[in-house]
Amino acid sequence: MSAGTITGTVTPAKRQATNTRRIKRQGGGSPLVYLIALVVVAFTVGPVLYGVLGGFRTNAQLADKPAALPDPWVLTNYTGVLTNPDFWQYALNSAIIALLTTAIVVIFGMMAAYPLARYQFRWREPLFLVFVLGLLFPATVAIIPLFILISKDLHMGNTWWGVALPQAAFALPMTVVILRPFLMALPKELEEASLLDGASRIGFFWRILVPLSGPGMVTVGVLAFVGSWNSYLLPLLLLQDDMKTLPLGVADFSSEHASDTAGVFAFTSLAMIPALIFFLAMQKRIVGGLQGAVKG
Amino acid sequence: MRLEILFFVAPALLVFLFFVVWPILKAVQFSVYRWKGYGPLVDFVGLDNYVSVLQNDVFTGAFTHNMIIVVLSILIQLPLGLAIALLLNRKMWGQGVLRTIIFVPYVLAEVIAGVVWFQLLQPQYGVIDTILGAVGLHGPEEGWLGTPDVALYTVIAVLTWKYLGLAVILFLAGLQGVPEELYEAAQIDGASWWQVQRKITIPLLGPTVRTWAFLSMIGSLQLFDMVWILTGGGPANATTTMATFLINEGTKRSNYGIASAASVILFVVALVMALLYQFFILRRDTQDAPRTKKAKR
Repeated sequence: MSAGTITGTVTPAKRQATNTRRIKRQGGGSPLVYLIALVVVAFTVGPVLYGVLGGFRTNAQLADKPAALPDPWVLTNYTGVLTNPDFWQYALNSAIIALLTTAIVVIFGMMAAYPLARYQFRWREPLFLVFVLGLLFPATVAIIPLFILISKDLHMGNTWWGVALPQAAFALPMTVVILRPFLMALPKELEEASLLDGASRIGFFWRILVPLSGPGMVTVGVLAFVGSWNSYLLPLLLLQDDMKTLPLGVADFSSEHASDTAGVFAFTSLAMIPALIFFLAMQKRIVGGLQGAVKG
Repeated sequence: MRLEILFFVAPALLVFLFFVVWPILKAVQFSVYRWKGYGPLVDFVGLDNYVSVLQNDVFTGAFTHNMIIVVLSILIQLPLGLAIALLLNRKMWGQGVLRTIIFVPYVLAEVIAGVVWFQLLQPQYGVIDTILGAVGLHGPEEGWLGTPDVALYTVIAVLTWKYLGLAVILFLAGLQGVPEELYEAAQIDGASWWQVQRKITIPLLGPTVRTWAFLSMIGSLQLFDMVWILTGGGPANATTTMATFLINEGTKRSNYGIASAASVILFVVALVMALLYQFFILRRDTQDAPRTKKAKR
């Protein structure tokens, strides 16, 4: 943010009025900057806000004056969704699948990244390359055989695990790629000291490495959770009826109640709340993880 | 020691091999058979499925749409994202809130964003047509998503809304890595704001931009959710992508051979583009020294 203070003083508007040699710091941008920021914000949250407010209106209101505020505010759309057992069932399925995916990704990812980061052995780099190449395999490519494997060969078609396992598998390469440099950066002395104290490498992993890797694990965990929570294609092929996740539920509701715009808005708004809360709580981690991925 | 390595790596490796590598190899196998999903794989047809996919107008159309989306996503989001990131990269009131807000669309599921936009874009009584109507304009008669010539660009507009925040956030993060001394030096030399951005900030942002563009490209090639929700590939196949094509063939028509051939083609396209990008563009980022020198000059 330090860089921002300097550039902030030399806005294009002010440049014409004053000479260029000014290192004086000042807070705040020009009105133009705020105006542009406002436009960007309106463009960004406008549709979301319209959906949330639309849920408080009736279809008659929406049809009569599409671009107006609720008048009067009606709660029936939202209470309708909240008393709909399907909604809660979908939310539960989404949560369990996301938690399972996250658990597999974090545990298996940490375990795999450990020897790849801190052991010396002949197959280390080739093994790591297997995971790196995994980044190039889009899930879409494998989707048809996966569908057959899970539903026909493993008979896990309509189950939580049937979705969580392949989702975790496709998230593992990114996890290993993010975690390995993280584990490499922890000082070697830690390992030597604990081995001298008689700890086994497995003991070192559980007692020293895992507690120290909290931030790295949270980052990959958050990415895995959000990815699973939002995923659509694999659940679409594998889950039916009361095993469906929220994205499937939203899509179904929207096509079954296509004319009930207000109801669709209420359902969608409630479905986006968990992701938004999770995001607000974990914002730094998500952004940090994405940056890490970009740098990696 | 060997047992320990095995103990640690085996779970991840097994899951990866079983649910990623194996299905992809199976896709290659399915692609040379005519198979409807039941009975044994016996009807070996060699490369016939590939020929029929490549001669299918719907697939070549889908490929073209993917390419248009790849190119336009970068051409639209790069300048917009860069401009917004440069503007926001200064001390201003409400900066934290602003960054959070900009990132919101990216965190929403594509399905949820798609369903909301589908309602906004409804012909006549949707809010977008209403606003246009209020200023004397009107959208396409069949609706933004119902008019073949317009639908693809409408999808791209919605994708821009969904993914611009990611570009902005990544660019902002990249901007924080630019050393402050460079700005001070440039200002002492009398550089204008625009000169500073053009000669220092943007070149130093190069690696971030190039990696972002790579992610954007790979994402565009795999695009499925948003199209499936907004148009389902229609109207008249005007918005099909390679992914919607193969899902359609696989799940609706049970043409597993054809769908697998299409998925292998999608994989090869993505791989070739990734390698070309790596070779021609990302390679520059490994030659660190000359780049920094050039930027400082």
